[in-house]
Amino acid sequence: MHVEPPVGSPRSLEEAYGLLASAPHRPLAGGTDMLVQLTGELGPAPERVLDLWRLDELRGIRVEGGALEVGALTTHAQIRRSEACAAHAPTLVAAVATIGAAQIQNRGTIGGNVMNASPAGDTLPVLLALDAVLVAGGPRGERSIPAVGFWPAYRSTALAPDELLLRVRIPIVDGRRQAFRKVGTRRAQAISKVVLAAAWRRDPAWRDVRIAFGSVAATPIRATAAEAALEGAPPTAASIDRAVAALLAELRPIDDVRSTAAYRLEVSGRILRRLLEDAS
Amino acid sequence: MTIQAPAGRPAAPTPGHATPLPLRREGPAKLTGQALYTDDLVFPGAWYGATIRSTVPHARLLAIELDPAFDWGRVAVVTADDIAGRNVVASIAEDQPILVPVGGEIRHQAEPVVLLAAADRDTLREARRLVSLRTEPLPPVFDPLASTVVFAHHALVKGDVEAALAADGVVVVEATYRVGHQEQLYIENNAMIAIPRGDGGMTVHGSLQCPFYVHRALRTGLGLDDAHAQVVQAETGGGFGGKEEYPSMIALHAALLARRTGRPVRMIYDRHEDLAATTKRHPAVIRHRTGVRRDGTIVAQDIELVLDGGAYTTLTPVVLSRATIHAGGPYDVPNVRIRSRAVATNTPPNGAFRGFGAPQAEFAAEMQVGRCAEAIGMSPLEIRRRNAYRAAGVTPTGQVLHDDAAALEVLERAAEASEFDWVRARTAAERAGRGPRARTARGIGLALGWHGAGFTGSGEAKMGSVASIELTGDGRIRILTASTEMGQGTKTIFPQLVAAELGVDPDDVEMAPQDTSLVPDSGPTVASRTAMVVGGLLVHAARRLKADVEGRTGRPFELSWRDDARDHGPTRIDERFSPYPGRSFDDATYSGDAYPAFGWAAAVAEVEVDLDTAEVTVLSVVAVDDVGRAIHPVLCEGQVEGGTLQAVGYATIEEIKLVDGRYLNDRLQTYLIPTSLDAPRIETILVEAPFEDAPHGAKGVGELPMDVGAPAVVAAIHDATGAWIDDLPASPERIIAALAGIAPPGPPGMSTVSAP
Repeated sequence: MHVEPPVGSPRSLEEAYGLLASAPHRPLAGGTDMLVQLTGELGPAPERVLDLWRLDELRGIRVEGGALEVGALTTHAQIRRSEACAAHAPTLVAAVATIGAAQIQNRGTIGGNVMNASPAGDTLPVLLALDAVLVAGGPRGERSIPAVGFWPAYRSTALAPDELLLRVRIPIVDGRRQAFRKVGTRRAQAISKVVLAAAWRRDPAWRDVRIAFGSVAATPIRATAAEAALEGAPPTAASIDRAVAALLAELRPIDDVRSTAAYRLEVSGRILRRLLEDAS
Repeated sequence: MTIQAPAGRPAAPTPGHATPLPLRREGPAKLTGQALYTDDLVFPGAWYGATIRSTVPHARLLAIELDPAFDWGRVAVVTADDIAGRNVVASIAEDQPILVPVGGEIRHQAEPVVLLAAADRDTLREARRLVSLRTEPLPPVFDPLASTVVFAHHALVKGDVEAALAADGVVVVEATYRVGHQEQLYIENNAMIAIPRGDGGMTVHGSLQCPFYVHRALRTGLGLDDAHAQVVQAETGGGFGGKEEYPSMIALHAALLARRTGRPVRMIYDRHEDLAATTKRHPAVIRHRTGVRRDGTIVAQDIELVLDGGAYTTLTPVVLSRATIHAGGPYDVPNVRIRSRAVATNTPPNGAFRGFGAPQAEFAAEMQVGRCAEAIGMSPLEIRRRNAYRAAGVTPTGQVLHDDAAALEVLERAAEASEFDWVRARTAAERAGRGPRARTARGIGLALGWHGAGFTGSGEAKMGSVASIELTGDGRIRILTASTEMGQGTKTIFPQLVAAELGVDPDDVEMAPQDTSLVPDSGPTVASRTAMVVGGLLVHAARRLKADVEGRTGRPFELSWRDDARDHGPTRIDERFSPYPGRSFDDATYSGDAYPAFGWAAAVAEVEVDLDTAEVTVLSVVAVDDVGRAIHPVLCEGQVEGGTLQAVGYATIEEIKLVDGRYLNDRLQTYLIPTSLDAPRIETILVEAPFEDAPHGAKGVGELPMDVGAPAVVAAIHDATGAWIDDLPASPERIIAALAGIAPPGPPGMSTVSAP
């Protein structure tokens, strides 16, 4: 086993697709997860690495066609500084601000966070809550995959081995409110124990409610029972009680090195209740 | 920071109070990247070493198998069969092997079995994967309360506990406290390089606290005499006790490989190996039964303390001694019974960590005093005022305290600086008026502590440490000690003390390198003994040197030392420790002066608890520490701040979970300590109640702040929430369990068993 597998460094997407078609490669964005895995010898090293860093076409943030588009190679630091993100996806800004240290935020990318597919990935519940669409590219052209179907199982994604994530599209919705809450072991540089992102409208009944959690299941998930309990309901204490009860019935967190199932379940209910009360 | 002269005692000028304070000796080299840590040292032709460890907690080693497909000629392989000396890591007991032999017993998950070395890291990495161990499993023991292997035990009895607990008007309060492991997390991982010598000897350069511990281990394991073993301390990035003992093991491993290959061998641990294999703070289970009268007088303490030593003896008996003697806390109680034992489990051995048994014992003692106060409706400050030791107080070992018993001084200073009563009234009002949907809760907590200065009991008398000062023939003043610098300031305060005695500038005083071929054995750099014991020896040596030179020249030392060196040649003064007058300890009856003196500390913490998540923010800590005398107040303050922050981590987030005797938190991703964002505002107040038998009055500062931070924080969590958290760390998981009435996490520090 070699610590440094061979690395392909394409200068265009076309070249990248060609390399992917020629042999299996593990795509590398900022490397903030992969390099830790390589140097720590955590699991088998990839046979080949595809370094995406020179693909400038995957960088940048723009508002286009009623959506906020964030290129896959956009770093967390760039998202933190983006006015467009602050205006349309403040929860995404809040989420990336909690990832690692400043150095990690300068190097780590949203595409890397999405493709690493960790159940504790801090941006993933935000993408679920905001109905994001993940745009992939490959030899067969581009396709769009809704976030809700993007992480089918533990640490896996809906992409084929010859596809790359190109950008994240977040629809801009009038009147949508958003909230984000991360619970970690310390105030910075901590992997989540529970992470919650939510989006909704009020008229004054609850509408278009999206409640998403990380670190409480094998994948980032939508709490669909809690959402259903609220949808169309009046903003009353009774609706909140029903939503929290539905959440507690649908979550099945586990014990691991960072926290316990009991804590995760209890705290998920408490932070959802707080969020809904604040939004009522 | 303020320095408070104790009430009624004049702040007499004492040696070493130089102004302005000297900069840290090694500071500029560290700041500019010129300091050479072990991994920075270059030895041409050196190979890289690696350790193959067991992966089971308890087993018989049946065979070591090397994959025949690999060309083993490229790699040096060392097993227990290759050990020329005795296969033990020399320590208190000789039970821990350097490498487990075939047929031998594997007693923990990270136990070294085979050593490999290769010319490059890739070959080494490849070879590592091709060694396998064939083992026959044996049943492991993980519960310290169920362990039948006892490393050491004590029973201290004063008065009649049962009669006092049964007396009329005595409220009896009972609780059991459990604390888990804590990792030292020095910034530099363990590292050693061994260089074989032409004369058959071995030189080792490394990151270490105790050069002569490593020296003895090399002599024993390699079968060398004194002259053929040489240990040199490289610049060392922190120790906190974590480099007191395990460096002996790593040095032996590097040396065995160096002997096999005839080349220098580098044994540099990465963080994962360091976390997975090296020693941690002992977990403990501590049961208290306390009798307290309604007027606040504590009349009886019945304490049972069990330390989990892990798989081998290491330093555990000494840790147990300190835990036992400190178990009652700094309170003068007429009836005390302390029964303690340290036992074996099939987990990696636990060892020294700042405080050395006292933080575990004093966490329990302080939480218990808080419970007693609540039981009788008294303020936590008042109950401590009533029971804290005063001069002439008698400890459970029968030690009579002297005038420097500064418990009340540190307590009152802490209460005043933190406005304890006022803040506590405010938090109580807040708690009373709190609605069901409050977001946060604030609390304030107080802890009082004591820390025996230097070695326990007769340790120092047996050690007979030597410290030397040399006036060289070319007119240089040189300090020769084995005391190591690891960031705490040894290299700064020693020249300061000596210069003050001699009347010269600290820059005129050199420090000889910590090299066992050059310096005398001034003992290990542990137990907060460096400033007090070795510093004291140096003050005495300087006085003798000064008298010698002035006797010869008839002129003041500072005007005549260079002439004396030229005319008279070199002078060397070797000062050997002799016991402090009137202080003695009887090991057989475990009674007498357990320590030459005690340092005293109080901490007041304010916290904010998030009532949704039970996340704790430690807002501020007022830390008041009696250090005897602050030789270098800035370095002293640094010690108090660092120790307080380590205590905050211990109290709130630092935890190691184990499965099948293996640490799950064995990377920095999973073993978390506070960052600067988690650090509270720390206000340090240094109190000086001098130790009268040390020429400079110092009692030591390294460990003291570690004893009081955790109970202060957890008492503040109680004040905020009303919940008593008896297990450390008081993690959000444990707090939420208390608040929501759900099942708490399992006991800290105890391994679970994986499903088959």
